[in-house]
Amino acid sequence: MRHWILILALVLPSLAAAEEVVLGLSRDTVSITTSFDGSDILIFGAVKREEPIREQPLEVLITVEGPSHPVVVRRKERRLGIWVNTDSVEVDAAPSFYAVATTGPMQQVMSQTEIQRHNVTIDRAIRSVGAPMNISNSQDFTDAVIRIRERKGLYQMLEGQVSLDQQTLFRTAIDLPANLTEGVYVTRIFLTRGGAVVSSHETEIDVRKVGLERFLFKLSREQPMVYGIMALAIAIAAGWGASTAFRMMRNG
Amino acid sequence: MQIYLPIAEISVNAFLLLGLGGLVGVLSGMFGVGGGFLMTPLLFFIGIPPAVAVATEANQIVASSFSGVLAHLRRKTVDLKMGVILQVGGLLGAALGVVVFNYLRGLGQVDLLVKLCYVVFLGIVGGLMFVESLNAIRKLRKSGGTPPKKRRQRTWVHTLPFKMRFRTSGLYISVIPPILVGMAVGVLAAIMGVGGGFIMVPAMIYILGMPTKVVVGTSLFQIILVTAFTTMLHATTNFTVDIVLAVLLLIGGVIGAQIGTRIGVRMKAEQLRILLAVMVLAVCGKLALDLLLQPSELYSLGAAGGH
Repeated sequence: MRHWILILALVLPSLAAAEEVVLGLSRDTVSITTSFDGSDILIFGAVKREEPIREQPLEVLITVEGPSHPVVVRRKERRLGIWVNTDSVEVDAAPSFYAVATTGPMQQVMSQTEIQRHNVTIDRAIRSVGAPMNISNSQDFTDAVIRIRERKGLYQMLEGQVSLDQQTLFRTAIDLPANLTEGVYVTRIFLTRGGAVVSSHETEIDVRKVGLERFLFKLSREQPMVYGIMALAIAIAAGWGASTAFRMMRNG
Repeated sequence: MQIYLPIAEISVNAFLLLGLGGLVGVLSGMFGVGGGFLMTPLLFFIGIPPAVAVATEANQIVASSFSGVLAHLRRKTVDLKMGVILQVGGLLGAALGVVVFNYLRGLGQVDLLVKLCYVVFLGIVGGLMFVESLNAIRKLRKSGGTPPKKRRQRTWVHTLPFKMRFRTSGLYISVIPPILVGMAVGVLAAIMGVGGGFIMVPAMIYILGMPTKVVVGTSLFQIILVTAFTTMLHATTNFTVDIVLAVLLLIGGVIGAQIGTRIGVRMKAEQLRILLAVMVLAVCGKLALDLLLQPSELYSLGAAGGH
């Protein structure tokens, strides 16, 4: 038996890539509770290798991508003196959250071909099939999505934010903002050398509401009638309660 | 203390919401307006998605109006009969307003419609009230403090059929104008996401000729049903009522409304009206500027396919 294991151990590394990612996450679920105010996720890991470290330095690129939804982008124009929504473009899928963290400048970490193959940058993550015929500069609309979400901290470009020690241990912290959408957040780690991807690894972070948040959210979707009546009952009760309390305070 | 709102899906400061609720509640109690025309834009400013802000605001108005109406009922300053007739019109109007709202949402012009409605109606109402109450105060000063004689004007309102006696208001008028007023307010309430008190109050004073003291309580009474109806519509069709947000706003709101009602009783009707007019004009000016000045961000994002 021992014999067999030894053989397997000898065979496996030659089959797999020469350098591999061993990944750790500070957590693989993010619970949105009532007191949720954003969250930090620590992504760390090591490079497993069966050979001496090569001359050319290794680079690490990490992406975290939230669930994608279609988005309508509207542009305002001045009509009759007031600013009105005129043109609109529907972007087929834009991630609700997207962070890219690297060990160095983007051009140095990954070549243009690899960027396109793996769709790692934010603009590659947004899919837009095509704008209506009357809109010539549809790129402006996609840029607007990136600009607006960057401002909200939903899209993050973190060049040089991954630290890599001894060409082996890497770590980065991704800041998830408070206005997070529920769903599966896909995390990808790429090891690159000279701009080419050597190895990659993919894992998921589950972001979900829990407890009261989950209960209310589900109720509002599954039993909207009950939810609405509950909302009204609370309102009436609060109104009556305050009125009675104040009268009692006045009378004695 | 930060708190995460389950439907709005953002995290906000709980004390900020309590404070906003309280502030608007005071105004609500003083003037008999739901306060939605102030609260809804304020919620936009702190980052609540507009759809959630509008729907949740309707729910919060139910609470503050209910609290206010109880205080007014005890003082017998609610014309229940008139209120019920206004409500009938209000529900018809609200249903109509929702149809218009959904049609324009399809065109992507709801924001514009809502803002234009605000600017136009707040401008007209605020301007009229301001001028009128200034004149009233001036007359009061000239006549040495004695209130001017109430002239019972006979206008078109008094020539219509289906007359009814409204004892609390001291009126004997046709039911058609109140129903029309209620309907108009209902339409606006559904489109603008407000109770409509700021239109209702002047309409009652200037069109129906009701005494100011009764107007506030009756307006609150009417608002309860219309906003409750709107809340249910939003909760069942758009799923945009955020209970956590509503609770925080209404805790502040109901307390504020009680304080406001007491302040309102001590103030003279003219002063009350001129204050309300100034506030209405201020909000109107702010919204008009938003439409006229070039926005810093020309693009805006919206969810695709309704939702």
